[in-house]
Amino acid sequence: MKLKKLTTLITGGSRGLGRALGETLAHAGAKVVLVARHKQPLDEAVDSIRANGGEAHGIVADVGDKNAVYSIAGEAAALVGPIDLVIQNASTLGPTPLPLLLDTECEDLEQVLQVNLIGPFRLTKVLAGSMALRGRGTVINISSDAAVEAYPNWGAYSASKAALDHLTRIWAAELAETGVRFISVDPGEMNTVMHADAIPEADPATLAEPTKIAERIVDMVRRIDAAPSGARISAPSWQVRA
Amino acid sequence: MTPASRPPERRDGVRLLAVDTEREGFFDSGVDELPQLLSSGDVVVVNDAATLPASLFGVAAGQPVEVRIAGRSPTHWSVVLFGRGDWHSPTEDRPAPPVLSPGATIALGGGLTATVLGASTVSSRLLRVQFDLSGADLWAAIYTSGAPVQYSYQQRPLDLWSVQTVYGSQPWAVEMPSAGRPLAWSTLLALRRRGVILASLTHAAGLSATGDPALDSALPLPERYHVPRRTVDIINRARKRGGRIIAVGTSVVRALEGNVREHGHLVPGEHVTDLIIDASFQARVADGILTGMHNQDESHYKLLGAFSGRDTLTASWRHAVETGYLCHEFGDVSLLMPNISRPKHRRWISTSATDSKVRPMVASSRRSPRRDSKLLLQTSAA
Repeated sequence: MKLKKLTTLITGGSRGLGRALGETLAHAGAKVVLVARHKQPLDEAVDSIRANGGEAHGIVADVGDKNAVYSIAGEAAALVGPIDLVIQNASTLGPTPLPLLLDTECEDLEQVLQVNLIGPFRLTKVLAGSMALRGRGTVINISSDAAVEAYPNWGAYSASKAALDHLTRIWAAELAETGVRFISVDPGEMNTVMHADAIPEADPATLAEPTKIAERIVDMVRRIDAAPSGARISAPSWQVRA
Repeated sequence: MTPASRPPERRDGVRLLAVDTEREGFFDSGVDELPQLLSSGDVVVVNDAATLPASLFGVAAGQPVEVRIAGRSPTHWSVVLFGRGDWHSPTEDRPAPPVLSPGATIALGGGLTATVLGASTVSSRLLRVQFDLSGADLWAAIYTSGAPVQYSYQQRPLDLWSVQTVYGSQPWAVEMPSAGRPLAWSTLLALRRRGVILASLTHAAGLSATGDPALDSALPLPERYHVPRRTVDIINRARKRGGRIIAVGTSVVRALEGNVREHGHLVPGEHVTDLIIDASFQARVADGILTGMHNQDESHYKLLGAFSGRDTLTASWRHAVETGYLCHEFGDVSLLMPNISRPKHRRWISTSATDSKVRPMVASSRRSPRRDSKLLLQTSAA
């Protein structure tokens, strides 16, 4: 996939992996729209990309808010044109320290599902129809090894990511041969605020930097035509699993 | 015909009146049956404009006003000013807004301010304005404070998602390209499996009614559209091998036919059309149209005379009224085209004995406005 002028929407774009993906894609010539809840870090991310000569725009919105989805999609398309690549990176752990399932409030599970699962579903529903009509487009859902492994205390987050992985596969099956590609990416453990929130005792030196992971993902996007739609791609091997 | 006063529970759960313009007759069908009505090699062209929340409220000259965005050009925005009130009141009953001179400002929601550049000679309510925000800040203000344009026959405020098609992208339309609203992806994928080719263009569908007689008689205003090269290629290839072109909605007809009239052949890219289509119009690109249902006093209906003989159209519409078809943006739809494939279980009603295709309908040179009146609802329902 050519990255020059690629119209790209990235949720959770103001920090961590989302911001690094925005910077890397914009550096490669993509037209990037970043979505985040808080204006100040979002403006900083946009300004940083523009200062380096890239094109970036910021939309302040919560992907877990039902009323925000058509605004996000409409504003993004108004700013850069029909979206050809969406990277659904925004997610929440829920309350930290991470509780056991028996100690997880039902409302907290619902909130995690809203942000990590239903929000991406809604946004895909709005964006993938246009992609299918135009015969091209890629949806990348950022997943986690917690979607596969049963780690104690990660219940709400894990269940949301496991369901997101399966949604990815079903989107791929339903829109096969439309030219729209759906990929799950497990980026591995990174030195991010979210990781520190989840595992405060982790040694940052043992974690990957988001900028390095972003480069790997963007490199994958360049070669996305080789990955079957519905595939799950995992760090650190970056092997494709159908 | 009674207006649909709310979105249907299922977008594809609306009726389709299939009017065969060649065999001169019609039959009842449903939108989910559309793939069975078309043939392999046919091309369905949709308007993929998303719908902007184009109704903004604010204050001008010390008075509450509503601004409805009408369109956009590289140099300015076109807006129509409404006086006190909102969609609950029929547009024709709204009090007049203040007359604004160049330089006057309109303070809108979301921290947005519009400055008047000038007024149209058609109506002092049609203004050219500039907003004080640009880029992401402007779009955020519009989406934060705006609401879908709607009319008084609706029961409740419309959500933004209620006025979108399943394939919309760039928010160029200020009113929903509603003929495409009933098309669900199950139908679109079934069309593809049938061998029907889907193509798109983007057309900035404008306002239907303003309540200002002078302005309404000038509708539709010139509207911009974009035709992708892929769509031009699909249409040209289809026509060479005899495939039929079905336009979804009048906005698609206006874009395709306006393009061909201006250039002699389809030219991709962004353009503006001021084409007015009436019953005497000879379509050069579209063989048929999937359209919303409209009352017979509306120019949308009279436009359909460009696709069908008068008697067939009259008889099919009489049937639609008698059997409870619903009109307007959330209502039922009609497919007008030659040689529709009729499922065996659908009962054919012929009009050929009385139809006279050589007699044109009474031509309307302009699109007459949608009557935005609760009276319309009462009269039609009676």
